[in-house]
Amino acid sequence: MERLSLNESPAPAPRTPQQNQQFSQNALGPAGPQPTGGPPQLPPQMFTTAAQLLDLTDKKLVLILRDGRKLIGVLRSWDQFANLVFQDTVERIYAGQLYADVPRGIFIVRGENVLLLGEVDLDREDDIPPTVTRAPFEEVFELKKKEDAKRKTGDKKRYDELQALGFEPEHSGEILF
Amino acid sequence: MLFFSFFKTLTNQTVTIELKNDIRIRGILKSVDQYLNIKLDDIEVLDLAKYPHLSSVKNMFIRGSVVRYVMLPRSEVDVGLLEDATRREAANQAGKAR
Repeated sequence: MERLSLNESPAPAPRTPQQNQQFSQNALGPAGPQPTGGPPQLPPQMFTTAAQLLDLTDKKLVLILRDGRKLIGVLRSWDQFANLVFQDTVERIYAGQLYADVPRGIFIVRGENVLLLGEVDLDREDDIPPTVTRAPFEEVFELKKKEDAKRKTGDKKRYDELQALGFEPEHSGEILF
Repeated sequence: MLFFSFFKTLTNQTVTIELKNDIRIRGILKSVDQYLNIKLDDIEVLDLAKYPHLSSVKNMFIRGSVVRYVMLPRSEVDVGLLEDATRREAANQAGKAR
């Protein structure tokens, strides 16, 4: 982290894509005089976690967590680790060809659990793909429980077999959905 | 920081990202940060039928820690330049260790 700005100088003003490219090429190209000591400089503003998340603030997003949960809500706050605050959150449960929405409220999510954040296109959010249909929560939940149990036994079996052969399971046994 | 700089040279290129949960997403690389978190625009999910929850998503922020591969346009990668940069980085690291 301390050599954050190895070959870079802070960006003076917003740049066009072309300039961006040039600038970044320089970052890889022959380096000028190396900075010796001095306070570490921040990278150009555009290329920070903060800048990326700033664009998504106060927008309706789909948040996918590492355990496979899909949350739909409004991003209200965040920090550099992608710890997030979500408001008016609805959890959407999928099972088989069905889905159901469960109102959940406010979420504070620790960054490490975030898989991805997708901005919902408000023009297209009601175009549910024809492959899935809405169903009552209880029905979907029961189906999901069955699916999860089935996958769990399948995964366990596969991991046991791999381990017996001396393989370490992918992501150190941690399952990502 | 080499790969951070490298990814910055690829902004506005179309890349395909495979996540550790096997989702593959193609989109225009808009931004990258020090953790290699990635922002994609105009995304297209390969095998969308399996991931209906992504059907209405237009751009996304992907946490760097869940990325398995980034597939790059071959023509945009200057291998020679990257090799040089790698050696320079290695030399810098060695100099720092001493």
